[in-house]
Amino acid sequence: MLAPSLKAADSAVLAQGLRKRFGQTEALAGVDLRVGWGTVYALLGPNGAGKTTAIRILTTLLRPDAGHAQVAGFDVVRDAAEVRYRIGLAGQNAAVDPNLTGAENLRLIGRLAQLPGRLVAPRADELLERFDLTDASNRPVRTYSGGMRRRLDVAAALVQHPPVLFLDEPTTGLDLHSRNELWATIRALVAEGTSVLLTTQYLEEADRLADRVAVVDRGVVIAEGTPAELKSRMGSTVIEIGFEHEASAVRSVDVVSRLVAGRPEREAASVRLTSDDGPRVLVDVLRSLDAAGLAPSTLSVRQPSLDDVFLALTGKRTAATDIGAVATLHRGES
Amino acid sequence: MSAAVTVAIPAADIQRRSPAVAAVRDAIAVAGRNLIAYRRVPQLLVFSTVQPVIFVLMFRYVFGGANSVPGFSYVDYLMPGIFVQTVVFGAMGTAIGLSADVKSGLLERFRALPMARSAVLAGRTLADLARNVFVVTLMAGVGFAVGFRVHTGPLGLLGALLLLLLFGYAMSWVFALVGLAVGDPETAQAAVFPLMAPLVFASSAFVPVNSMPNWLQVFANHQPVSVTASAARALVLGGDTASYLLQSVGWCAGILLVFAPLAVWRYRRLV
Repeated sequence: MLAPSLKAADSAVLAQGLRKRFGQTEALAGVDLRVGWGTVYALLGPNGAGKTTAIRILTTLLRPDAGHAQVAGFDVVRDAAEVRYRIGLAGQNAAVDPNLTGAENLRLIGRLAQLPGRLVAPRADELLERFDLTDASNRPVRTYSGGMRRRLDVAAALVQHPPVLFLDEPTTGLDLHSRNELWATIRALVAEGTSVLLTTQYLEEADRLADRVAVVDRGVVIAEGTPAELKSRMGSTVIEIGFEHEASAVRSVDVVSRLVAGRPEREAASVRLTSDDGPRVLVDVLRSLDAAGLAPSTLSVRQPSLDDVFLALTGKRTAATDIGAVATLHRGES
Repeated sequence: MSAAVTVAIPAADIQRRSPAVAAVRDAIAVAGRNLIAYRRVPQLLVFSTVQPVIFVLMFRYVFGGANSVPGFSYVDYLMPGIFVQTVVFGAMGTAIGLSADVKSGLLERFRALPMARSAVLAGRTLADLARNVFVVTLMAGVGFAVGFRVHTGPLGLLGALLLLLLFGYAMSWVFALVGLAVGDPETAQAAVFPLMAPLVFASSAFVPVNSMPNWLQVFANHQPVSVTASAARALVLGGDTASYLLQSVGWCAGILLVFAPLAVWRYRRLV
């Protein structure tokens, strides 16, 4: 049986109407989120969309100007101390002490996370092993590669076995191998019962890891759903056709528009269309263009990127103002 | 759902400690972390030891002949001043170290942990105090080697050293606030020197205040570095001790009362 007080905690993360402003910039303009227990939730968006601000509020580092949020059933403002007993955070910039060894870093975090003394060293060793850092455990972190630092940073977020884990762009800047390893680690943690809220700029990452995705732009959630639902809103294949002259591109839009459901997007001399049946449509497109006497100069067929999702959802490219930079500036000034 | 909901309880491994116990334990853990840096980055310790030793030798042998202070040999007058200068310059390290932690994101990690809110600053200033014990002891040794003599007795010397450590500790909190406010080490370095130079040089640390122009004497007579240097001097050389000692301890208490809460407040609201 559940204790009555725990019933409030039926979501790992619950946010309603979060707002935050830095000077003239509205970083969050009313964000609602709900992360179910034992699931992975991805905030997908470009730089400056407000993802990091959301993470900072949910991890008690920043107070919202308006709105509420609960993590593990505790209010992030009123019960911030209780929230901190239940979360792990790995930020964007590998926040570990470069002068300490890997083992010393994890032991320090273990002590500060209020582990009992007898657990501090074994937990550090266990995590070093898990993240393949045992050989480097007694070297100062400043001698680590970028990927090793990032692994240590994620390990540091797990020292106290937090039920809710926040990962701010965990794989940005990682090579393919390290990224795949980190994905496997995140999946394993979720299998063990951890709930994860992560931010990412990569659709593929959200697609591969998340149970649900919120697409964030300029401080608001512009779409929310399972990765499959999101992708079904825009077609699973992107075809881009480039021409020598803009006039040919304009004509080709008319030619190909009856072949796909959505209207093709033209930008200067290139045309982009999305489809659920890429190979079929590609053949039709080339036939029609040939029949109309239009010869493409470039052609590419690929999976949709974040940029494509954005274009499909907002009709614009992912070039929002960089709120992250504004926030940093603000810190420097205040 | 019930299996999932139970994970809302923090991992059983976490130990709830009383706030006072946590504050002490966490501060010691952070201090330990900061002291390791002195072992791993020898420049840090070299900067805080070699520089004051050079100052002693320079003032003793280069300026020592030109400066004469009525009633004392210059080296006896100088040493307490050099001590004060050393602990003030050492406090610069507090600003630079903390601002580096702001910049690297380490403080963000600390602030998301269930640790005492005072621990990062208490640990940093505690580590700087430990460093000062080492540095001040070393300086006393160098001082004796170049002819410095205590005129009062061992208790006077001990009192002077304790006063210097207290003053250095108070200054660490001032520079902790500076470090948190500027948020990157280069700016911190640029910001602390203009703060420090008038305090250290427009003082009685190296020359008697009555050799300065009148307008400067007003400041130089009452500012914390001067009264601390004069108090330390009185403790080792004799003379009017009580007044300077009271003023110096008063300054230290005042600085701590103002700057420690300000620094903790700034730490809590770091963006």
